[in-house]
Parts: sequence; C-alpha cells; structure tokens
Amino acid sequence: MFDKLDQIFVTALHWLVSYVPEMLRPVVSAMICIAFVMAVFPGVFAITTVLERKILGRIQNRYGPNRVGIPFTKIRLCGFGQFIPDGIKSLTKEDIVPRAADKVVHFLAPVVMLIPVLVSYAVLPFGKHMTITDYDAGLLFFFAVGGAVEVSVFMAGWSSRNKYSLLGAMRAIAQMVSYEIPLILSAVTVVMVVGSLNLSEIVKHQNNYTFGIAHWHVFTPWGLVGFVLFFIASLAESNRTPFDLPEAESEIIAGYFTEYSGFKFALFFLGEYLGMFAIIGLGITLFLGGWTSPVSFLTWIPSYVWFLSKLMAIVFVFIWIRGTLPRLRMDQLMNFAWKFMLPLALINILVAGIWHYMAADWQRWLVCSAIIFGAYAILGRGLMQNQNFGKRIYRYAE
Amino acid sequence: MSPFFVITGIVTLLGAAFAMSLRNLVHCALAMAVAFSGIAALYLQLDAQFVGFAEILVYVGAIAILIVFAILLTRSGEAPEKSVLTSGWMAGIAVSAMVFTMLGWAVLNSSAIPKETSPAPVATVRNVGDALMTRFVLPLEIIGLVLTAAMIGAVIIALKEDSQKSKSEDGGQQ
Amino acid sequence: MTPLQACLLISALLFAIGFAGAVTRRHAILVLIGIELMLNAANLNLIAFWRFGPHPEALTGFIFVLFSMAMAGAEAAVGLALIIAIYRHKKTSNLDEVKELKG
Repeated sequence: MFDKLDQIFVTALHWLVSYVPEMLRPVVSAMICIAFVMAVFPGVFAITTVLERKILGRIQNRYGPNRVGIPFTKIRLCGFGQFIPDGIKSLTKEDIVPRAADKVVHFLAPVVMLIPVLVSYAVLPFGKHMTITDYDAGLLFFFAVGGAVEVSVFMAGWSSRNKYSLLGAMRAIAQMVSYEIPLILSAVTVVMVVGSLNLSEIVKHQNNYTFGIAHWHVFTPWGLVGFVLFFIASLAESNRTPFDLPEAESEIIAGYFTEYSGFKFALFFLGEYLGMFAIIGLGITLFLGGWTSPVSFLTWIPSYVWFLSKLMAIVFVFIWIRGTLPRLRMDQLMNFAWKFMLPLALINILVAGIWHYMAADWQRWLVCSAIIFGAYAILGRGLMQNQNFGKRIYRYAE
Repeated sequence: MSPFFVITGIVTLLGAAFAMSLRNLVHCALAMAVAFSGIAALYLQLDAQFVGFAEILVYVGAIAILIVFAILLTRSGEAPEKSVLTSGWMAGIAVSAMVFTMLGWAVLNSSAIPKETSPAPVATVRNVGDALMTRFVLPLEIIGLVLTAAMIGAVIIALKEDSQKSKSEDGGQQ
Repeated sequence: MTPLQACLLISALLFAIGFAGAVTRRHAILVLIGIELMLNAANLNLIAFWRFGPHPEALTGFIFVLFSMAMAGAEAAVGLALIIAIYRHKKTSNLDEVKELKG
C-alpha cells in the first residue's frame, strides 16, 4: 500500500505513456516530466514568497501578508493567496526598456537566466526512481549548467547601461566565481566516498540504517564540514543574506536587475528562487540523504514527501538567516571565501580520503574529528587576526 | 548526419563568425559563449558527454566570464569609432580562406578517413577516471603543475608594479 | 559525406574563422578569442577522430581534449593578465599601438 503511494507518480507516468504510439514514447515521457517540474517548483516558489514575507514579519514582530485568500470568495487562507495578485500585478505591469539599453542583450538576459536553472532539475532525484534523466555524470552536469547563470547576470547588468546594474553584476559574478570553488570542492568529498557522480547512486549509498539511524553523509565528520561549507556557499550562490551584496537594496537599488520591470523582473525573481531550490536540492541529495528517511521506522512515508519537506526546512533556515544576519562587506566576503572556506574544503578532501581508507571503527572518528577541529581552529584564528579594521585600499586595473 | 547535428554546426559557426566580426567587444564575448555552447552540443552528439559538460564548465563558466571581466577592466566595452581591423586585413582573410580551402580539400579527398562508422564507444566517468589515474597519470600531474605555475604567473603579471611598498599595508588583499 | 568528414569540415571552418579574426582584428582580447576558437577547432577534430577512429576504447583523443582544455584555461588566464598589464602601461589594448618592447 505504502509502496504504491511512494511510486504513484512513476506508475502514473508509465500508465500515461503506454497510451501513445511506441515511436513517440520518449518525447511524451520527457514532456510529462518537464510539465511536472514546471508545475511543482514554480508552485513551491509561489508558496515560498508568501512564507518568506510571513516569517520575516514574525521575526520583525509584525504580521506580514494576512488578507488575500482565494479571489472572489471569503476564504482567507491566512494570506497564502497573496502570490495570485502578486503574479497578476507583475504580468500586467508595463515592460520598460531604458533608451540607452542594449535591446537584444537586455531582452535575452532573463531567458538565459531561466533556462540553465530549469535544465539543472533534470538530474535531481526527487524521490525513489524519480530522476528525470539518470545521467552518469549528473553532478558535473549540474555544475556545468550552473556556470551559464553567471553569463546571464553579466548580460543583465551590462546591457542596462546603469552604473548600479553594472556594479551589482560585477559583485554577483565575483561572488559566484569565488564561492563556486568551495561549493564544488565540498561536493567532491561525497564523490570520493561514494565513487560515483550519479546522484541516484549517491542517494542509494545513504539509504542504509544502523540502529535505526540512516547513513547520511552529514552524520560523519567530513560530511558535517562538507555540508556546512556547501550550505554557506549555496547561500552565496543564490545571493541570499548575508551574501546579498549583488542586490543590496540600500546600496545599489536591486543590483543587476534594477532596470527590469514587469514580466522580465518576475522572470529574474523566479529564476533566482528556482536556482536556490535546485542548489538546496543538490545539497539535500549530497549530504542529507536525498529522499531517504532519517530513521528506519519512518520509511513508509513517501520519498517525495521527504524530499519536499527537507527542501522546505532548509528554505526556512535560509529565511531565518535572512531575518537575523546583517550583510557582509565586499572584502569580508572575499576573505571568507578564499582564506577560510577554500583551505577548509581542501583539508576536508584530505579527511574524506583518510576516512575512506581507515578501518571502520572509533579510531577514524577520532582522527578525522581531530584534523577538522585543528584546521578549523587555526583557520578561524587566522581569519580573525587578518581582520583589517583600518581604511580599505582599493586596487584598480590601471 | 542528423538535422540536429547540422543545426548545432550552423549555430556554432555563426557564433564564431559573429564573435570575430562584431564591433562591440562585449557582443563578441557573448557570441563566443554561444559558439562554445554549440561546440559542447557537438561533443554531446559525438558521445563525449563528459567532455561536453567540461567544455561548458570551463569555457562558458570560466573563460567567457574572465574575458568579459578583462574587457570591462581595460575599458573597451564600447564600440570604437576607428576601424577595428588591422591594416593588412585583406591578406589575413585571403590566408585564412586558403587554409580553409586546403583543409576542406584534404578532408573530402583523403583516403585515410575510414568510410564506415564504428559503433558508439563507451566513455563513462569511471572509464575516464581509470584512464586518468593509470595510463595518463603523469600528464595529469604535469597539468596540475602547469596550472599552478600559470596561476602564480598571472597573479604576478597582473599585480601592481609598485606593490613592494604597499604590500605591507593592505595585507595582501586581492 | 560521412559524419567524420562533416565534423572535420566544421572544425576546419571554425579554425579558418578563428584564424581570420586573430590576424585581422586590432584588439588584443579579440586575438585571444580567435586563438581560443582555433584551439576548440583542434579539440573538435580530436573528439571526432576518437569517436570514429579504430580504437575508441583507448580514450586517447578524449583525454587529450581534457588536457587541452586545462591548457586553454591556463593560457586564457595568463593572456588576460598580460593584456591588463599592457593596458596599465600604455593605456591601450590596441595591438597596432603596442609596437615597442621598451616600457
């Protein structure tokens, strides 16, 4: 019974595809999968926007949206209908293109932003047997298509002919390039231990239980460090507070999409949130067991429910961080990436190697934890000593 | 030869042609990114998925970004008023046309090119990793050394000249 | 025309375009882009010969392309650093104006 519920989407897909002729089956199957992603994740995005405003309101001791429910009825849903008027508003607003803007590049930037983000969902395992393309080098695919987002950010910032847009784009690119390195290096540890770049294999490797507790990678020393590094880097990659310098409202209006309005602005907004969900999904898959359950007596809950609830839990932590932490300064951001996260990620790779080759008993826990604590203490002290509270010195190309 | 192959080939070549002929440098860099994506798509159709994604990761994700940064740092983002071509551009075009004619003639008339198509080879990530760690381990190490040397060299070249006296002040901030 | 010949023709044309751009354009960055295009044409050749050649299981061409990409990354980094250094000295990146070895 629970197995059937778990596989209900897979069964439905097979059932639907069995009605089309043999020749069209791969195309129709791909179409249904695309429709699934396009229906579910923008839906999650719509709910997240309301949730974000409500949680931020709670943190800042105010209400947040609580009026709009289902339109034309008296049902209010605690304000969770807010995304419908928001969507209608952004769809019907005037689309302003600055006169000096580079029209073609200005038009193409939101499209180039959205395509790689949507494509990266193709390799994420949403549930048991629920990966759209079970590709051999899925992790490489994910990082490769993620690289195209930087190009779109640059296109948006440069084509607007606005100094705030260009500043935001340069900040965003510098930040994304810097934080991509710890992101990839922290994912490398998982690849080393599992021995595969296939994301389904990585989830399968974590789907074992000892004393009723799952073998998630986050429950090992290297996995914990890897997860924390990945989490911080994914905050920076999705331009969230405390790394929201690219779109800091109080400094540069809205960063690279200052000159966008109406539907194009909505596309940027959507692309940013979908990118955030994708990278959180990857983090869940790599470190938090993907669609598996943390304890063995809850394995009857369907796998996609686990995936979505983990996703929403991490989204909640992201919103919580946004409501709590102040924004970093540019030099602090760069120092943190290059002088703390990068060395720690490299040491973590060494620790994962030691973990892989030592015998599976308490000694390897001791050795690995000792190395990580030592590295953390030394690097953290170095970071604190290098604090430069004096006047900043800028360095230009000329 | 599938129609998809023809389309990606045309897109690649158009991207390359625009990258070399547009006046505005940023447009050139973006056209270059299109050309590189097209080449990655060609790799995918030649059953070399790993190389295709590595191409996107390296060229679109890193080199294109590096080039647009260099364009903005050297203040050449606007289209110049003067001619963008060197004085001897006719000779250059002629030589490159000759190169293409020779290469095309050789490709179409060579007897060394196998006529029958072999079945698709398997290049899984595991095979590539095994090859890199066994047969090609020495080139891999040398590449690592070369990349380190190139990185240090690039940093030293791009550093400010009078950095000897200011080095102690700014604490090595990049 | 066999698929191999089609790939080789595309790569020959790509090489010719890259070469034409590298020798005719004035700006140093465009010369670098031309060189990258030529390098990619060579890579496409290697992959095509690996795919349609007699011993694809040896992965020689495949690995060669991976190494050549790493070299291209190193080359782009050093080349752009040189362009920025030249710009700092001469306030130009136009290759026609950079003729002297004297700083």
